[in-house]
Amino acid sequence: MMLRYLHEWGSPPVFYQRAGRWQRVLWTLAALLILAGLWGGLVLAPADYEQGQVYRIIYIHVPAAWVAMFAYVVMAVTGAIGLIWRLKVAEVITSAGARTGASFTILALATGAIWGQPTWGTWWVWDARLTSVLVLLFLYLGFIALENAIEDRRNAARACAILALVGLVNIPIIHFSVYWWNTLHQGPTVARLSAPAIHITMLVPLLLMALGSMLFYAGALLSWGRALMLERERSSRWAAREAGV
Amino acid sequence: MEAIQEFFSMGGRGVYVWSAYAVFAGVIVFNVLAPLLRRRQALRLVARQQRRRETLAERTGAASGRVPD
Repeated sequence: MMLRYLHEWGSPPVFYQRAGRWQRVLWTLAALLILAGLWGGLVLAPADYEQGQVYRIIYIHVPAAWVAMFAYVVMAVTGAIGLIWRLKVAEVITSAGARTGASFTILALATGAIWGQPTWGTWWVWDARLTSVLVLLFLYLGFIALENAIEDRRNAARACAILALVGLVNIPIIHFSVYWWNTLHQGPTVARLSAPAIHITMLVPLLLMALGSMLFYAGALLSWGRALMLERERSSRWAAREAGV
Repeated sequence: MEAIQEFFSMGGRGVYVWSAYAVFAGVIVFNVLAPLLRRRQALRLVARQQRRRETLAERTGAASGRVPD
């Protein structure tokens, strides 16, 4: 029963319809979590004793960085699935992930720069954390460029999946960069082995924003996926049915 | 009123905080609108393709306008 349900997701028209429904559910939940997180982060949480109010950028910067990295891992996994089983849905989700992932990486870099200026006195430094996240952005953009450069959809998906898998090496580099090198960027405050180094009144809105951003990303993945699937399947019967002709 | 002003000033760092949140809003809007517009464009393309096939089929006298997948 469960297996059959999962199996059906592999069919483009079933994917198109189910993804549309799931996207609405995910975005509704994401909106609720993000609104609660914004309220908690901007209104309820106290100012930071060192940074004052400007620390509130954390509520978007950290979730954006988490999504940017998580999206890359998902992209590599779906890329591998597409490579091995030649599943159209996996190929489409992989290229959907490059778009959403790139946008969240830009968000992480931009909010980091905006935060860096008042706290470090500079928008940008070439430290290991910032540079490895910039490499992440280039991997996403390289994926999209490579995909556009290859005419045949199947060949493009194969080449892009291999690029995504090779680039996976950058993910642990991003995470451990703050330990391996002497960076201006601080170490993890939440994702570490000991207890989070952040007060509960700040941690709760941060986690709400993180979960909300994750669900939004998941919905966006499906939304992009539907658009790209329809493009690829434009000559099919189900696409004509969806277009109302 | 003063409380609202204080909220928006963010201790004099309002420019930084609110511009960061504006980029966040921009990324959300991008991920909502861009795929939606792209899907609409694809739907229009599919409809146009299908109409072209149907007129072609009418001219050649075929029974069905649909070409097998």
